[in-house]
Amino acid sequence: MNGVNRSLPIRVDVRSKVFPAVGDRPPQLVLKDVAFEVAPRSFLVITGPSGCGKSTLLNIIAGLDTDFSGSVDLGPAKDKLTFIFQSPRLLPWRTVYENIALVLPEGDPRHAQIPDMIERVGLRDAMNAYPERLSLGMQRRASLARGFIVEPQILLMDEPFVSLDDPTAISLRALLTELWHRHPTTVIFVTHDRAEAIQLGTRILRLAPGKASVAQDVTINLTEAQRHDQAAILAEQNRIFAA
Amino acid sequence: MAPISTRISSTPRLMAAPSGFTASLERLAWMAGSLFALAVFWQIIAVYADSRYLPTPLAVFDVLLREGANGNLWKDTSATLARVAVAFVVSMFIGATIGIFLGRYRTADKFFDAWLILFLNLPALVTITLCYIWFGLTDAAAITAVALNKIPNVAVNMREGARSLSKDLDEMAVIYKFGWWKTLRHVTLPQLAPFFAAAARSGLSLVWKIVLVVEAFGRSSGVGYRLSIAFQEFDVSTILAYALAFILVVQIIEFAVLQPLQERVTAWRR
Ligand SMILES: Nc1ncnc2c1ncn2[C@@H]1O[C@H](COP(=O)(O)OP(=O)(O)OP(=O)(O)O)[C@@H](O)[C@H]1O
Ligand SMILES: [Mg+2]
Repeated sequence: MNGVNRSLPIRVDVRSKVFPAVGDRPPQLVLKDVAFEVAPRSFLVITGPSGCGKSTLLNIIAGLDTDFSGSVDLGPAKDKLTFIFQSPRLLPWRTVYENIALVLPEGDPRHAQIPDMIERVGLRDAMNAYPERLSLGMQRRASLARGFIVEPQILLMDEPFVSLDDPTAISLRALLTELWHRHPTTVIFVTHDRAEAIQLGTRILRLAPGKASVAQDVTINLTEAQRHDQAAILAEQNRIFAA
Repeated sequence: MAPISTRISSTPRLMAAPSGFTASLERLAWMAGSLFALAVFWQIIAVYADSRYLPTPLAVFDVLLREGANGNLWKDTSATLARVAVAFVVSMFIGATIGIFLGRYRTADKFFDAWLILFLNLPALVTITLCYIWFGLTDAAAITAVALNKIPNVAVNMREGARSLSKDLDEMAVIYKFGWWKTLRHVTLPQLAPFFAAAARSGLSLVWKIVLVVEAFGRSSGVGYRLSIAFQEFDVSTILAYALAFILVVQIIEFAVLQPLQERVTAWRR
């Protein structure tokens, strides 16, 4: 892959997404004219009220949902996409370790990094446990480790840090930031947590409720140092969400 | 979307797992006690009736020993077991394939549903006689007849399993590029395993009963053949002796093979 290719943005242009009628529920127009580009190696945060269509949008970007009008162009990195789902989606009949190992091809050198990754998400003692015997937060962390181990170039994350205690969430955010700096990754990150959005992202896209379209699209102006400064985060948060 | 854990646990739990050694010992004691009571009951009625058509348990046991000593018991039981094994494997394989296919493709399911209902309600006797007429009095015809009786049953079971496959996990497999083989082995089959185990357990008991009928009709070996001869002579002791021997064999398979298998495929459950 050459430098020119790598600098191509991700282009998302969803004209409309309608869920067909089920039973006596009428058809639902969920997304309407949601169009944006994501620059390579940037960190786009998407926020919006519950039920406005964020997960639907990620499903479309990931290529899991092709039943919409419009287009998605992921560019040259499209085969290196990983999606950390809103629910952990681990295989209940495989242990934490096996769940992670399964996403790597056999004989892949990254297998050697699995124990370390499990350690990083704080699951060392649960390495050989079956997912249903873990708490939801632990399952989430296993699903994060599974997503991180593949070193994707496009990383979609759907509210990955909910139901985690503060220290764990903080250390996982640090892990995400570290991976994002280490590997050339474009991140699209959905969250309800405004401070988290400001701290992690380079840009925020706010979706409007109802027929979700883009309500606001702003760049976050924070230096790396300011991202560890509560006051700076708060100030930026007020600037963006006051609008 | 529902989290996967709730989705998965909605599949049937097919067996109350015996909790520990003492529990299974207790179960065994209950079984032995109740079977002994049945034998005593049988003995009383038989003594009271005093008829050659209702032998006592001890008389039946004597026949069992005699047949064991002259070798017939082993020869016929193993001939029947071989047919049961082949018919069982064939019908599980074909039935599972059809069931999974129908569970996954709605149009095919709509079309073939009527066929399935037809075959489900076809009396075993009809398939058996037709197979013998069409294919001759051969083992192949016998096994085909048995399989035809069992396949719709397995198919219905597995179709239920395939319908309840988790879409969430399928999407996960797509995102992580599992490919068809990895998906089948680690995502699809483990979800189907409980249904497969249920089909296998109900399947074994159905298959061996039909195999006996097939043997009585058109084979010259096996427990079914032995029973048909005993019937011509109104030899109730032999009929009961062979029936008991075969029940024992099937129960041994159930306890030694099918139950441990089922426990293994559901070991990950909470
Ligand atoms: N498979 C589906 N069939 C019909 N309607 C659906 C389906 N999936 C989602 N919807 C509807 O689409 C809308 C958006 O759902 P979506 O899951 O994208 O919301 P969200 O923004 O991710 O919400 P949350 O923040 O709670 O996760 C909801 O109104 C939901 O009812
Ligand atoms: Mg969502």
